[in-house]
Amino acid sequence: MGSRASTLLREEEIEEIKKETGFSHSQITRLYSRFTSLDKGENGTLSREDFQRIPELAINPLGDRIINAFFPEGEDQVNFRGFMRTLAHFRPIEDNEKNKNSSASEPLNSRTNKLLFAFRLYDLDRDDKISRDELLQVLRMMVGVNISDEQLGSIADRTIQEADTNGDNSISFNEFIKVPPVDGEQDY
Amino acid sequence: MLLLLLTAGTGTGAGTGAGTGTGAPPLRGPALRSSPPVPASPSASPPLLLLPKPRAEYGAPGVASARSAAEEPAGGGGEEAGEQHHHHGGGFRVVQWEWSYVQTPYIIAIWLLVASVAKILFHFSQRFTTVVPESCMLILLGLVLGGIVLIANKKQLYQLEPALFFLFLLPTIVGDAGYFMPARLFFDNLGAILMYAVVGTLWNAFCTGFSLYAAKLVGVIDERVHADLLDFLLFGALVSAVDPVAVLAVFEEVHVNDTLFIIVFGESLVNDAVTVVLYKVYISFVEVGAENVQTVDYFKGVASFLIVSIGGTLVGLVFAVLLGFITRFTKKVRIIEPLFVFLLVYLAYLTAELFSLSAILSMTFCGIGANKYVEANISQKSRTTVKYTMKTLASIAETIIFIFLGISAVDKTKWAWDTGLVSCTLIFIFIFRAMGVIGQTWVLNRFRLVPLDKIDQVVMSYGGLRGAVAFALVVLLDGEQVRAKDYFVATTIVVVFFTVMFQGLTIKPLVKWLKVPRSTSRKPTINEEIHERAFDHILTAVEDIAGLQGYHHWRDKWEQFDKNYLSKLLLRKSVYRKSELWEAYQKINIRDAISVIDQGGNVLTSARLSLPSMTSRASFPEVTNVTNYLRENGSGVCLDLQVIDNVPGAKVEEDMETHHVLAENLYKPRRRYQSAYSRHFMPLGEKERQDREVFQRNMKSRMETFKSTRHKRHKKERSLKKRRGSDSKEDGNEKPRRNVSWQDKDPVVVPVESEEEKGEHSDPEKEKEEDEGITFVARKAETPKIRPKSVPAALEGCHSPPAAPYSPTSEDSHLPWKGGVGSPPPCVSVEATKIIPVDLQQAWNQSISSLESISSPPAPAEPVHPRVSALSRLGGPRPASYTPPGSLAGSTSSVGAQVAQGSFCFPEKKEEEEEEEEEEEEGALQEMRPLMSSLRPPGAMPPPPQPPPGSAPGSGKRRNPCVYLRSFVTAPPPPPPPPPPPPPGDSRSRGPTQL
Repeated sequence: MGSRASTLLREEEIEEIKKETGFSHSQITRLYSRFTSLDKGENGTLSREDFQRIPELAINPLGDRIINAFFPEGEDQVNFRGFMRTLAHFRPIEDNEKNKNSSASEPLNSRTNKLLFAFRLYDLDRDDKISRDELLQVLRMMVGVNISDEQLGSIADRTIQEADTNGDNSISFNEFIKVPPVDGEQDY
Repeated sequence: MLLLLLTAGTGTGAGTGAGTGTGAPPLRGPALRSSPPVPASPSASPPLLLLPKPRAEYGAPGVASARSAAEEPAGGGGEEAGEQHHHHGGGFRVVQWEWSYVQTPYIIAIWLLVASVAKILFHFSQRFTTVVPESCMLILLGLVLGGIVLIANKKQLYQLEPALFFLFLLPTIVGDAGYFMPARLFFDNLGAILMYAVVGTLWNAFCTGFSLYAAKLVGVIDERVHADLLDFLLFGALVSAVDPVAVLAVFEEVHVNDTLFIIVFGESLVNDAVTVVLYKVYISFVEVGAENVQTVDYFKGVASFLIVSIGGTLVGLVFAVLLGFITRFTKKVRIIEPLFVFLLVYLAYLTAELFSLSAILSMTFCGIGANKYVEANISQKSRTTVKYTMKTLASIAETIIFIFLGISAVDKTKWAWDTGLVSCTLIFIFIFRAMGVIGQTWVLNRFRLVPLDKIDQVVMSYGGLRGAVAFALVVLLDGEQVRAKDYFVATTIVVVFFTVMFQGLTIKPLVKWLKVPRSTSRKPTINEEIHERAFDHILTAVEDIAGLQGYHHWRDKWEQFDKNYLSKLLLRKSVYRKSELWEAYQKINIRDAISVIDQGGNVLTSARLSLPSMTSRASFPEVTNVTNYLRENGSGVCLDLQVIDNVPGAKVEEDMETHHVLAENLYKPRRRYQSAYSRHFMPLGEKERQDREVFQRNMKSRMETFKSTRHKRHKKERSLKKRRGSDSKEDGNEKPRRNVSWQDKDPVVVPVESEEEKGEHSDPEKEKEEDEGITFVARKAETPKIRPKSVPAALEGCHSPPAAPYSPTSEDSHLPWKGGVGSPPPCVSVEATKIIPVDLQQAWNQSISSLESISSPPAPAEPVHPRVSALSRLGGPRPASYTPPGSLAGSTSSVGAQVAQGSFCFPEKKEEEEEEEEEEEEGALQEMRPLMSSLRPPGAMPPPPQPPPGSAPGSGKRRNPCVYLRSFVTAPPPPPPPPPPPPPGDSRSRGPTQL
């Protein structure tokens, strides 16, 4: 299935994606072959089911959230461009990029955008705040069943307290940015 | 100790002399006991008898001459002992001393006992074992034992016999490693592994050899070491092999990441082929004499390498196929299933030895290849048996090897010390290992997506442990042809000791120091901890989505092949049969229940955590209402007295506890968890449990979302006005259904438009309206393929009749979708086998198909709901795609024209499923029915012993059964999870709301 490889990807398309996401040519073609192999419906887009069919995601506690992150609001299909756009968040920031990117607005893989991506995984209602409930949900996803809800609740409280600087009992994006250590998300 | 001495003493008396003891089959020993010069089966009694080295049997391909010579020194020691043989005299005695009769098995058993007891002792002190690797302890124990025996007998009796090593000890270890090798990781890194194994070993061998020769010419190495270039090359070859036993022993205690582990471990497995071939070639060169070697011979050497390694691999694969095929037919004789596994894997090893191919490769590939099919074919019990037995054997073998290493080192007769040689060797192997690793990594990193960083390289260089393989090879040398043999032996022993003891001891601190250089400076905050973990999960997920390894083309091809031919040939037809599935789930459930009960105490004690935490931070009292409440009323709940001590200022402690709990309970990202392979622990611990938990939870939430998307989509439309929708599901019943069609139908439409309209779904709201119409029409017209996208908008008015039954719509939509996806699931299941615990594989399969099917039935809320709850009850994504015919009829009945289609298509699918399901699962269905009819089936059926996937199900209604389930299982029933925030206006948030 995955064999109908990059031939379907037109050069100009590659160029555009390259410009938009900063991936290299070979990366794009490789990801495209991955894309097509995921695309069991062979219709040029991925549905949620296509993602859900990736076995590793089934055992990833945040799997479904991440899948959701691939879909623009309100849509159930993602095409290759969108796919790449999401993946571009995970491209490492290269050294030479740091200097030259004055031209473009903000590259998708900037630190802020990376963090925003992560932030969005928590922030379900898109109010740019991580509420206690939202945090609890994520926590619940990430911990085993051995931990009780009260414990979890208190952990969530602590977490929010720790990060919350303006006292609104939620973590805003600005607060969120300050929290995580500056370890890069370094794949790609 | 005493026992040991005893056996040692008696061993002397019985110590079979007769250097002629060649190739007696193992069990002959006892039978021939009366004949004085017992050719006492060297291969059977090997652990103890130092003497006769069997001539022809054991592997080490092509070293026959070396072997015969190697017998000389050892044989010499044996002669005297052999004479005072058991001449226990005539006359009738009431009680006879039948030592010679039981000697061999007795001694073996005693050895195993000593080894096992030693293990227990080592693990007594947890703190001690975390510092000192077990292999070091075993070697030390060996030294002590050897010393005692030496003192008692004036000479060393027990030695690591090459035959014993190659025929029995090594195969058990390699077999275990191969069978439980994380195949996917192995193949993911195959390129790197081969590179390090082949190029790296050649590099090490040649460089060490030449450098030692140079050192000799310069004069660093003493004159007495009579060796020329060839000898040094030979020595370099045998001493450069990284040893799987030692690497395993040390690396599984040092928790490095999976990739690193698999590379070093894989290298050590594969480089055996290289070492053995090099060794063989050199030996033959030495025999011929350096001056007689012709150019052709070099090419022969290369050819030999290829043949040995490829041949070994092929033999292994042949046996893997055989094994898979045989286990396909063992349904009636479950009891011998494990035996087949052991026999065939061992036969793969022996067969490779027979043709002097690489036995290690053969066995490894047999294990890797057969694992998947065997695990699917054999029963759960057999699986457990295989696991435990293999682990036990390997563990024992490893223990014995290290003890023997220690013991052999005490024997002074073998020692010929030359400081120059020893120190040069140590330095050279270390330097060249490091250089080789750095050089190769540099090359590899140009191709790898995830480059190996510096830390990895350091660990790899440092992890180049030498072990018993090198030792066995050097002992096998022909003392006449390689005159410096004694020096080489001594040097090898030192090298082994140094690498295992020193490097083994220091690698752990080194890894720690390198990995977390900052961790000492500052404790991470809770936020950091959580977010970091979340990031890890995200990254692994994205890696998985992007398919990081990037050789999917071939993997896909392979999977196709596997699916089409291999699985058909090797997998039992009944593997996917529901009855077994049902059985499996029962087992999982029971196991889960037991584990939950086991942890009951845990839950209780850890419950206190919620109490002390949040010690009144006045600034945000309202946040802490839950905890405050608990704290105030907590005294009753508090079971742990320590809480009382936990007065003010305990913030630190409380923090620590939180950290502790988090560290304990946070799921670990897939790639990070170690114990991909561990000798001492069943992999079914953390990892599998976690996988199962997450898997079940994910599947459940998927199922729920799948249906609740209807509601949500519906809500979304309305939520444009009203952001915070209520939780109520009932009102979602009507419109949402229609929307499902939109969701499901998309795949149909898109193929048509994909060229022009890719990525133009700019206005979801609008489109939704349109799409809804589309589907409807499309199915009516039955020409979904040609229908242009724009049409529906125009048609939108005509349908969307108020009466328009949602069910048919969703049904239609299901069909095309299914058409597109119908085949993949099996294929996926193949892929899934690598990731998902065996127990869950079928579940995986089913869940995929049930995901399909769940969209298909018109499914009023009730049928869906029981499905979900049944799912959770069954311990996982149990398909439960059975839809009562009644509901189908009911929902479709109102639909004039559509019914035709609906009933036309749906029954087809239903039939398929029922064919499979109903026969074997009548019982299950019976149990599920109550669920379907009533929402809350209190004790109607056996308690569902599934650990609650603590997430809060999507809606109040649906949650109930879960809460019920949970309270049933966990001793202190946790309150229902906080209601999920309504997902206003965000149709993206499928999983989230289900939390």
